[in-house]
Amino acid sequence: MDSAIPGTGRQPPRTETGPLGWIRSRLFSSPLNAILTILALWLLLMAIPALIDYLLVKPDFAATTAAQCRETGGYCWAFIREKHRLILFGIYPYDEQWRPLLASVILVVVIVCSCIRWFWKPFLGLLWVAALVAVGILMWGGILGLSYVENSRWGGLPLTLILSTFGIAFAFPFGLLLALGRRSHMPGVKAVCVVYIELIRGVPLVSLLFMSSVMLPLFLPEGFSIDKLLRAQIAIILFAAAYVAETVRGGLQAIPKGQYEGADSLGLSYWQQMRKIILPQALKIVIPPLVGIFISLFKDTSLVVIIGIFDLTQAAKAAVSDAVWRGFSTESYLFISVIYFIFCFSISRYSLSLERQLDQGQHR
Amino acid sequence: MTDHTSRARAPRRRRWSWNDPATRALIYQVLILGLVGLGVWYLASNTLHNLAARNISTGFAFLHEEAGFAIGESMVEYSPADTYGHAVVVGLLNTLRVSVIGVIAATLFGTLLGISRLSKNWLISRLAGLYIEVMRNIPLLLQLLFWYAVITELMPGPRQALSPLPDVYLSNRGLKIPWLKGDAMDWIFGGLALAIILIVLVAHWARRRQDATGRIFPLVRVAIALLVAVPALAWFLSGGTLELDRPELKGFNFQGGLNMSPEFAALLAGLVIYTSAFVGEVVRSGIQAVNQGQWEAASSLGLSRRRMLRLVILPQAMRVIIPPMTSQYLNLTKNSSLAVAIGYPDIVAVTNTILNQTGQAIEGIMIIMAAYLVVSLSISVFMNWYNKRIALVER
Repeated sequence: MDSAIPGTGRQPPRTETGPLGWIRSRLFSSPLNAILTILALWLLLMAIPALIDYLLVKPDFAATTAAQCRETGGYCWAFIREKHRLILFGIYPYDEQWRPLLASVILVVVIVCSCIRWFWKPFLGLLWVAALVAVGILMWGGILGLSYVENSRWGGLPLTLILSTFGIAFAFPFGLLLALGRRSHMPGVKAVCVVYIELIRGVPLVSLLFMSSVMLPLFLPEGFSIDKLLRAQIAIILFAAAYVAETVRGGLQAIPKGQYEGADSLGLSYWQQMRKIILPQALKIVIPPLVGIFISLFKDTSLVVIIGIFDLTQAAKAAVSDAVWRGFSTESYLFISVIYFIFCFSISRYSLSLERQLDQGQHR
Repeated sequence: MTDHTSRARAPRRRRWSWNDPATRALIYQVLILGLVGLGVWYLASNTLHNLAARNISTGFAFLHEEAGFAIGESMVEYSPADTYGHAVVVGLLNTLRVSVIGVIAATLFGTLLGISRLSKNWLISRLAGLYIEVMRNIPLLLQLLFWYAVITELMPGPRQALSPLPDVYLSNRGLKIPWLKGDAMDWIFGGLALAIILIVLVAHWARRRQDATGRIFPLVRVAIALLVAVPALAWFLSGGTLELDRPELKGFNFQGGLNMSPEFAALLAGLVIYTSAFVGEVVRSGIQAVNQGQWEAASSLGLSRRRMLRLVILPQAMRVIIPPMTSQYLNLTKNSSLAVAIGYPDIVAVTNTILNQTGQAIEGIMIIMAAYLVVSLSISVFMNWYNKRIALVER
């Protein structure tokens, strides 16, 4: 019974602790696990060297032409060096491309600021307005000595960022109203909102984009037209709003009935109740899924390719349509995949950490 | 509140006052419905005016006209001499084909991913996590373009086709696999259908017997036996011919066998790879939602691990899994519309061609939307029915 005295007990067998124990329990705990581990290791041994070979060993980093790239094989870095300006900024005038660069930086900075809790104050709204105005001035120009660039020449990463940030900025309030409408006690209002939400959620974004490009011109009075980019933006906003509405509705449903009754008993009007009592609680619950909607919106902006708008994906397609650089699609697509991945992955990590922070209040 | 009862007894008379919430609600609703109606009327009148100005007739009569364009692949007979209406059906069938195969494959692969993600094996769970994170965060359209480029640009021509397995050929013309052909095929499919009906009946009987007597019927083994035996018996009895149809290189392309076009292969690969990452997360969260105590309680009852999963864990996990899984299925179906970007003739691509040829924009968009709404609603209705069926009966 000497093990009952602290410090004198026998040590656990070496095979159960330390690195050896870890390997035993986490990799070879059963015959099936051992087989799986060996299979996975074999897969990694096949894949990782091949990947390093493809990206780093095979390609000639000094290559400058497509012919040299084809000769050495592997990932063609020369293609990226040659085309990265086209992929990132589209057909924006070459000498003016510092403007979309600065606009992208401003947008990214504002998004990052919105992620930091210290900025969650009323002036964040002002910051957004200022940023969007600055982005508009930079992209369009025409004042402050900047030359005018029409929006059909915008493209690449800034366009993707603009479509998604403006998309969420307008879809959020619209979706909020739809969610409130769907929870309304007035059957007329409720019916309108339900029909809208279900209709939009039932059809793919592609069909809405087609609709915006072929049907919207028919909807408007003669001689009045909206440009292509704005039409796509409207389609994205209408689409995202339905999803925002369903998410917010989830939050509204999670609020206990007592909160509504409490607000009623204080004699607050409907809008006061919503603004001061219900929405602050409901929105806090749905922040993580809203971030998820933002991520899908960011990915979905790539669909504007289908109606020929020059976003990041379309720019990547345009880069490989150059006859000289034909056959380097994989290079081009991998390059922008990395860009999309960096954005989406960092936002989703942020959403996870936020979820953890917001959860803490629930476990007192 | 005191005069509430007296007012209920008195004949109800609406007092038109702004302070009456019922009146206000009525006014708001009339206002909002009026505005929506006005908006719709405004758009409709503009549209009619524009259509008249452009000499475009409305209505679906154009569906009976000759289409005059070819469709790359079709599950039913189609030629350019057929009508637009027939072309739409071909497109819809193509959408359904890729969606059904995609849903099944994504469910199987995604479930495997979700279980791997929870595996005690560190390497396996990390690899599954890596896959999920990478695939979720890259737009589907980009993945489709990537796979399409891989197939059409990086794969060799039919003459140098890769052959990972005997008689399976991978080239820039798509994937070819051997398939069975002969007049016995109809009998075999008939036998398969009969076997499935028999299994449903046996399962029903087995459950009732287990409820009544507690005796457990080896359903899985019987089901497998039925699935093999009945089609084989049908083939044997019919005396029909059955032979292996192997793809063979003739001229510039392969003949025979089952063909998967590059467009279909890229679309299916993209949809399955992308959606399975989401399905994996759904399955993982579903299994994690089951309390650890349920495992312990099940094992204290002396159940085997398979029974534990089948009888205790899965029924509870399913309750969490089904609703998000439904939305993943809907997403996959809707995402199949991205086929238009790589030239797979799904309903959007076909209708888009029709729309460009005839100028019937509104009817075209309406066809697309109606088709997706019907498919989405059918999936929701089925999944809701299934969800209700497997929902735990609580006190």
